Amino acid sequence: MYQAIVFLPLLGAILAGIIALAGARARFPGKGPVASPEDSAANHGSHHGAADVGDGAVIHSSQHEEEAHEPAASGSRMAELITTTLLLICMILSWIAFVDVGFGHHDMRVPIFTWMTAGDLKVEWSLRIDTLTAVMLVVVNTVSAFVHLYSIGYMHEDPYRPRFFGYLSMFTFAMLMLVTADNLVQLFFGWEGVGLASYLLIGFWYHKPEANAAAIKAFIVNRVGDFGFALGIFAVFMLTGAIDFDTVFAQAPALTGKMINFFGWQADALTLTCLFLFMGAMGKSAQFLLHTWLPDAMEGPTPVSALIHAATMVTAGVFMVARLSPLFELAPNAQSFVILIGATTAFFAATIGLVQNDIKRIIAYSTCSQLGYMFVAMGVGAYSVGMFHLFTHAFFKGLLFLGSGSVIQAMHHEQDIRNMGGLKDRIPYTYIVMLIGTLALTGFPLTAGYFSKDAVIEAAYVGKNPMALYGFICTVSAALLTSFYSWRLIFKTFHGEPQDRKHWRDAHESPMVMLIPLGFLAAGSVLAGLPFKEIFAGHGVEGFFRDSLAFAKSNHVLEDMHHVPLQISVLPTVMMVIGFVIAWHFYIRRPDIPVELARQHDWLYRFLLNKWYFDELYDLIFVRPTIWLGRLLWKGGDGWLIDGFGPDGVSARVLDVTRNVVRLQTGYLYHYAFAMLIGAAAFITWFMFAMGTH
Amino acid sequence: MTIGLGHYLAVAAILFTLGIFGIFLNRKNVIVILMSIELILLAVNINLVAFSTHLGDIVGQIYALLVLTVAAAEAAIGLAILVVFYRNRGSIAVEDINLMSG
Repeated sequence: MYQAIVFLPLLGAILAGIIALAGARARFPGKGPVASPEDSAANHGSHHGAADVGDGAVIHSSQHEEEAHEPAASGSRMAELITTTLLLICMILSWIAFVDVGFGHHDMRVPIFTWMTAGDLKVEWSLRIDTLTAVMLVVVNTVSAFVHLYSIGYMHEDPYRPRFFGYLSMFTFAMLMLVTADNLVQLFFGWEGVGLASYLLIGFWYHKPEANAAAIKAFIVNRVGDFGFALGIFAVFMLTGAIDFDTVFAQAPALTGKMINFFGWQADALTLTCLFLFMGAMGKSAQFLLHTWLPDAMEGPTPVSALIHAATMVTAGVFMVARLSPLFELAPNAQSFVILIGATTAFFAATIGLVQNDIKRIIAYSTCSQLGYMFVAMGVGAYSVGMFHLFTHAFFKGLLFLGSGSVIQAMHHEQDIRNMGGLKDRIPYTYIVMLIGTLALTGFPLTAGYFSKDAVIEAAYVGKNPMALYGFICTVSAALLTSFYSWRLIFKTFHGEPQDRKHWRDAHESPMVMLIPLGFLAAGSVLAGLPFKEIFAGHGVEGFFRDSLAFAKSNHVLEDMHHVPLQISVLPTVMMVIGFVIAWHFYIRRPDIPVELARQHDWLYRFLLNKWYFDELYDLIFVRPTIWLGRLLWKGGDGWLIDGFGPDGVSARVLDVTRNVVRLQTGYLYHYAFAMLIGAAAFITWFMFAMGTH
Repeated sequence: MTIGLGHYLAVAAILFTLGIFGIFLNRKNVIVILMSIELILLAVNINLVAFSTHLGDIVGQIYALLVLTVAAAEAAIGLAILVVFYRNRGSIAVEDINLMSG
């Protein structure tokens, strides 16, 4: 069953890839690349990019879609049906696995085959199925299945749907590989696989330069994190001589206090390792300092934003920290750093979310902020609580993204909330589900977000880590900001006067195939909280997670959470209400206030609107020096030095020599005769004098 | 002053050198080249006859006669080629004969 869960999406990706490839061949006969099915999904984008101009080629149009600017590839419907069906099967199997593993306690390890053996390094492919994995399986497959279903409606005008669905399934496969990993290298494989899929999907509309730039940015920023992650894996292997989790975790307690030499700096081995590993998590989960790619990633299609950049891939970092909890639990300093980064991100992203105007970017910053919450929970040692927030967040954030996709489609690809308004009468169903998502995000009592977010804040309050207080303050203030910007989005989008009458009049509800996933996710946003509260954040944690999460002997966070004072436990709710009231006051009662405020505090407004000037800062510190260095090496190093003294120089000298030799060839007979005579004279002279000596 | 072998050889060497220079310093006319070749052959003949007399061996003089015959034949063929060449190219100036340059 577990093999089926993991490999059905791969099968779907391969089939969709073949269909996409066949479609491309039919479109551009004779120019198609020779590719095997496995990599068809991966290299397909470049092919299309190269052949895009050949519109005049023979076109086999599909039989079932209305004509867009370009007819859809044949077999689009087939690709959609195959991938979506397989994912729905996966989803059902995942829920079965969830119950079986979580409550039936049937942990297992499914070996597949040995990947490589090199000296002490032995890497196996095997699926590690424990509760942590089961939770992630449910999250990934549920959201992925709904996103597949939703995409059938959302992408119906796009001519390259087989490719899109191939990528989506490939992403799902890589993500499943990541969560079922039994060793760090396998984890890294999935890690890079989702990174690749993310790159391909952000750049899915490759004809848009911004999409390409965003895809490259996401890939490069992630490389920074992955560099740290790779170093972390090396450090683990150096310390323990193994990379599979069981061996590493068994050896971890013996490593406490061990020092390691890092560029002449004596550091605590476990702390350093955990910091490196966390660096990978920071990149993938878009945490403070490495967050810049996530908002730009919104250039991709909206279902992609929902699946990859909200619900699943960006939570890989959180999952990784939870998976490696036996290591982090032994490195309190690294945990402090996790809290520091998580809390800062939670607050910082929320402040930016306050003033953004792109509907998807607001939600993107919200995602960033919520990921910060999860890391705060991880840092204080409440791993199951962090997983709880991950679990609920996947539902309501996926819902918010898909809902915003529905809004965007209703508004004909308008994404600026300043041009919306009054939409609640035009698209009531979308309005309601967005409202549910917002309630869950802001932590309205009894929704999913309420339980998980409160649990995070309480955990931060009782945490023993020196950084925990900072985490508590940041998460509480971020709760206020979250509530404000979420309601601002709702009010500006759905309430008030329509800003764009024409689009408002044309706005239409999305087709059923998009509304059904929204309905399911809305149900999840409400129901994912209460039934799961006990097993994630209550007394059932021990029995549910068992060995998959490690809690140190001194770690009483989960126990202490039940004894927080009342005023602390209602604090997030109070914050939520305050945020709501301010937003309501600002955007419903007195819409002139925010304008006035922005005018009065112009520098603050600009600071937030420009995202704390992080892009500009990075441009100054990293991008420009890199370009300068690259230009120097290109012009000076390669052009002047290597080419000048290498190939170009040699060829120029050869030309000089030959030019002179050519000049010797005058064509005048007497020159040749003269040369012959001189030669003959020289020979005779030589014979006379040299030979004569003997 | 008795005229010995050395004098004959010196005259022959001077003639030979004149012939060589006639070939190489001449920029004008191919006929001059032919005449220079005759000079060189003449120098050879003087050498042959001088050595023949000096060594008392008649073979050298026979060879001189042979060379004269060959020189006559060569001059005839050379002039014939020159006439044909002039018909084809319209010029026998040495500067114009550079077909061998690349």
